[in-house]
Amino acid sequence: MTRLEVVSPGLLLTVQDRGRPGLAHLGVPPSGAADPVAYELGNRLVGNPAGAAALEATIDGPVLRFDRPTTVALTGATTPEVRTVEVLEVGRCVGGVRTYICVRGGVEVEPVLGSRSTDLLTGLGPAPLRRGDVLRLGPEPADPPRAATIRAQAPPDTPVLRVVPGPRDDWFTPTALETLCSESWRVSPSSNRVGIRLEGPPLERAHRDELRSEGLVTGALQVPASGQPILLLQDHPTTGGYPVIAVVRADDLPLAGQLAPRRYVRFTIDG
Amino acid sequence: MSYEIRQAGDRGSLIEVPDNATAVRLARLLRTERPDLVDVVVGHTTVLVTWSAERGELGELVLGPEPEPAGRRVEIPVVYDGPDLEEVAMLTGLSQEEVVARHTGADHVAAFLGFQPGFAYLTGGDELLHVPRREVPRTQVPGGTVAIAGPYSGVYPRDSPGGWRLLGSTAAAMFDPAREPPALLAPGDRVRFVAA
Repeated sequence: MTRLEVVSPGLLLTVQDRGRPGLAHLGVPPSGAADPVAYELGNRLVGNPAGAAALEATIDGPVLRFDRPTTVALTGATTPEVRTVEVLEVGRCVGGVRTYICVRGGVEVEPVLGSRSTDLLTGLGPAPLRRGDVLRLGPEPADPPRAATIRAQAPPDTPVLRVVPGPRDDWFTPTALETLCSESWRVSPSSNRVGIRLEGPPLERAHRDELRSEGLVTGALQVPASGQPILLLQDHPTTGGYPVIAVVRADDLPLAGQLAPRRYVRFTIDG
Repeated sequence: MSYEIRQAGDRGSLIEVPDNATAVRLARLLRTERPDLVDVVVGHTTVLVTWSAERGELGELVLGPEPEPAGRRVEIPVVYDGPDLEEVAMLTGLSQEEVVARHTGADHVAAFLGFQPGFAYLTGGDELLHVPRREVPRTQVPGGTVAIAGPYSGVYPRDSPGGWRLLGSTAAAMFDPAREPPALLAPGDRVRFVAA
């Protein structure tokens, strides 16, 4: 069985797969790859079965050593490629903040509630990887790896994410939704897989009532008392008491998962 | 009965209901009768439903005329030796013994889950014990701690930050991924704290 050693984890290295959908009623966040499109592509490139666990590198990539030559795909915030390596130096993310390292056979950590994903909010799944950690890879998949000839799509400088208003847009002044969709929002460095903190003009509430806690979806733009919205990512809490002014469309979540600190993002109403 | 339905993105709907008991009943109905739904999440007076692709139609939501049987009854044994017991007594003007007596004397109802896996927000507690949360949350509250804040009681399932007032601790496992179901409490369950 092939083994992978973490020589250096980079800034933050986690195990991710398709996460734990369908368990929100237990208080279990969805988790899973923050850029699901890049993660799925990487698994296809190395011939892995759907749902195989991969590594998600953040901003600064890891150095990994395999105990025999191993086929890996790099996708996400990098030029997509397939290589066979014994030592893999991923380097810094380019054009985003998350690179997926899909190894042939997948990463075989113990699943928790049907998933191998690290959940930063609740601690479910494996802890973020550290220097010296050794992971076992799964058995050789039936499908062969594929040659990669993918056009790397340059990410837009200021991505525009499509949002569906609500469910609580009526808790804000009529101009708040307009403000959300006309301003450029700065991505705060204190963002993570739980949520992206956005900085801009405060979104004003129409009244000060306290919202009774209700279920939250990934992509929700939750607005705390400061008026500065938080875009919820995969490790978000399942319920919360701050009103959600709008929700990013599911197809645009991969772009949200690649938003870099100190860059800008815009929103447009679609739905 | 028709409920107000709000859109929650392109793959979800938030159903507003008059009270928590209705939310619990509606969620049970949807979970058994709508296999197309991914998540069915009870809020205080809402039910959030999600689909794996485009938002579907909920059609007419009809609850039977008779309330279904109430949730299970769960007893949680507590050692009342929490670091905030004295402060809660001061805030409420009660003795520490009275605080414990009122906390163990009430029938709590699990209204909804959130914050952490297996963390149930318990309502229905004694109104004299409604104390504000701490100004500065603790960075670490041990798993198994029994706490109160505002109209709620709750049990921290695992070590985590927390701003509630800590009354004591329990050995009950609030969440165990290897157990079925993993969460000890579900919305609608009736909870009694018992001094151990």
